[in-house]
Amino acid sequence: MADLAVNLAGIRLRNPVLAASGTFGYGREYAAVVPLDRIGGIITKGTSLEPWPGNPPPRTAETAAGMLNAIGLENPGLKHLVEVDLPWLAGQGATVVVNVVGRTVDEYAAVAEVLDGQPRVAGLELNVSCPNVDKGGMAFGVNPESTYALVRAVRRRTRHPLLVKLSPNVTDIVRIAEQARDAGADGLSAVNTLVGMAIDIERRRPVLGNVTGGLSGPAIKPMALAAVWRLARVGLPILGGGGISVWRDAVEFLLAGATAVAIGTATFVRPRAMLEIAEGLEEYLLCQGIERISDLVGAANPGARAG
Amino acid sequence: MRLEGARVEENRLLAPEHRRMVLHAPDIATSAAPGQFVHLRVHDSLHPLLRRPFSVARRDVTAGTLTLIYRVVGEGTARLADRRPGDRMDVLGPLGRGFRMLPGKIPLLVGGGVGIAPLIFLAEEARRTGRQVELLAGARTAALLVGEEDLREFGVECCPATDDGSRGYRGPVTGLVAGRLDGRAVYASGPPAMLRQVQLLAESVPAQLCIEGVMACGVGACLGCSCRTRDGGRRLVCTDGPVFDAHEVSLDG
Ligand SMILES: Cc1cc2nc3c(=O)[nH]c(=O)nc-3n(C[C@H](O)[C@H](O)[C@H](O)COP(=O)(O)OP(=O)(O)OC[C@H]3O[C@@H](n4cnc5c(N)ncnc54)[C@H](O)[C@@H]3O)c2cc1C
Ligand SMILES: Cc1cc2nc3c(=O)[nH]c(=O)nc-3n(C[C@H](O)[C@H](O)[C@H](O)COP(=O)(O)O)c2cc1C
Ligand code: FES
Repeated sequence: MADLAVNLAGIRLRNPVLAASGTFGYGREYAAVVPLDRIGGIITKGTSLEPWPGNPPPRTAETAAGMLNAIGLENPGLKHLVEVDLPWLAGQGATVVVNVVGRTVDEYAAVAEVLDGQPRVAGLELNVSCPNVDKGGMAFGVNPESTYALVRAVRRRTRHPLLVKLSPNVTDIVRIAEQARDAGADGLSAVNTLVGMAIDIERRRPVLGNVTGGLSGPAIKPMALAAVWRLARVGLPILGGGGISVWRDAVEFLLAGATAVAIGTATFVRPRAMLEIAEGLEEYLLCQGIERISDLVGAANPGARAG
Repeated sequence: MRLEGARVEENRLLAPEHRRMVLHAPDIATSAAPGQFVHLRVHDSLHPLLRRPFSVARRDVTAGTLTLIYRVVGEGTARLADRRPGDRMDVLGPLGRGFRMLPGKIPLLVGGGVGIAPLIFLAEEARRTGRQVELLAGARTAALLVGEEDLREFGVECCPATDDGSRGYRGPVTGLVAGRLDGRAVYASGPPAMLRQVQLLAESVPAQLCIEGVMACGVGACLGCSCRTRDGGRRLVCTDGPVFDAHEVSLDG
């Protein structure tokens, strides 16, 4: 049997296939068709200190081989996560990474602090890359200095493995990643959605209630893969994602330097996509005569530095 | 909720741009309730990428089949129209909260266009449990009044309304609603303008509306299909609906 287990920046995963934040709810929604103890892990919807209401509809729109979303980080807040979702997820045997958002440095830090005492949390993913809110999210992650300050503040409040989720909407993603590393991040998550929009030509106005949204799905895969390739030289383990739909895509991300992969939009299309991808990876290892999946990480990338 | 590889058994033209599809999907057929929907992967390619939601119009537990009635409006429904008997299609369902039939009230069903689909299922269930049913059906013109063949199979005649007067009442189907509300509970499905009118007319009687929203996941995971309640709250069309209490939901987005 091939070994699919990986250690992502201190987060132990039974396989390297995780549900991307915001595309898998809190696990309950798809549990009837995706057993949570068979995927590598679940990254929760972006969670803030207090509940957030989100953006006006329409919030999603389909585009060529992709989709736009402008959910606006609607979420029921930290208390709900801790009291309702985490206990339920633990009962399912799920490995849980919490995606953390805030409007200010203090809000992010407060969420991290509360979660620090939570043994049911395997790690944090700091969302400095959501394009759909005015304050917080991407406002931090497009600037090296504010990325550094935020990661530093959160690092002080948590002993959990800390991933920083990067935005592709920047000129130099490596520079932002280096700031995250220097501020104490344990790993990188790349990438979040690309800013995009669609216009309804009959009504002559933007399709999304929020005007712009984040582009995800197969359309962004080549861009996301190139980002992971470049980030591999930063020297931190990477959770790669963006447009992965089949196991072959996942292998490409691993070869570029990702230790594990996040699957988002593909789940909407094929709810069992994560299970199919994990099975495909195992078969690939067997066919190629590779014992451990971790042997693939960065294997195609001479610039990759082991994380 | 199940994911089934369904076999297409029928996919025929009912009227211009309107089709009827029968799918063999026994698990979903058994558990479906009126007002619930299925989320279909219309094609295996990347375009269109996302699934498309359709109300269950009928189900046959013995045969293990689901019937859909749909209108071709864009790329996804055009792909659906191309499917042939024997083809396989990935179906997720049944999804959402359907109609809740109220005891002690005569059901008054109001359908507009292809929105009649879930009402056929509701009418069939009502008949099966020995209830009287009244169904008002509106369309642009007589040829587009779909679903009557299905309704006749279990003995329900609809009262038609057409915009051009080519059959029945001339004007919007909501013109038939006023004056028929006494002792009734209203169950409506159709375009937003029709539902808004029903909402106004049925202020004083129990009423439920089956509404549509743009959906990605269909299961409550993406928070994309959010709609508003009258008191400013938020609901998801896919899991809190698609059927809502008319006095609770706001149709203004
Ligand atoms: C719960 C639910 C049940 C439904 N039941 C049925 C049914 O029984 N029969 C049926 O024919 N249709 C039904 N619909 C609508 C159906 O899902 C859409 O018509 C279909 O997704 C359009 O796909 P398309 O790719 O052909 O069109 P697109 O290319 O996506 O769109 C073409 C045009 O249709 C409009 N449109 C697209 N999706 C919707 C939508 N969800 N609601 C309103 N307008 C839309 C677009 O604005 C555009 O103008 C239902 C929708 C929901 C949410
Ligand atoms: C509907 C939707 C909601 C999302 N919500 C979040 C979120 O709350 N936090 C976050 O960091 N990323 C969020 N994302 C981004 C995804 O986690 C993922 O990074 C992105 O969609 C790219 O991957 P994909 O192409 O596989 O979907 C969301 C994406 C979608 C489509
Ligand atoms: S369509 Fe995803 S939450 Fe309703």
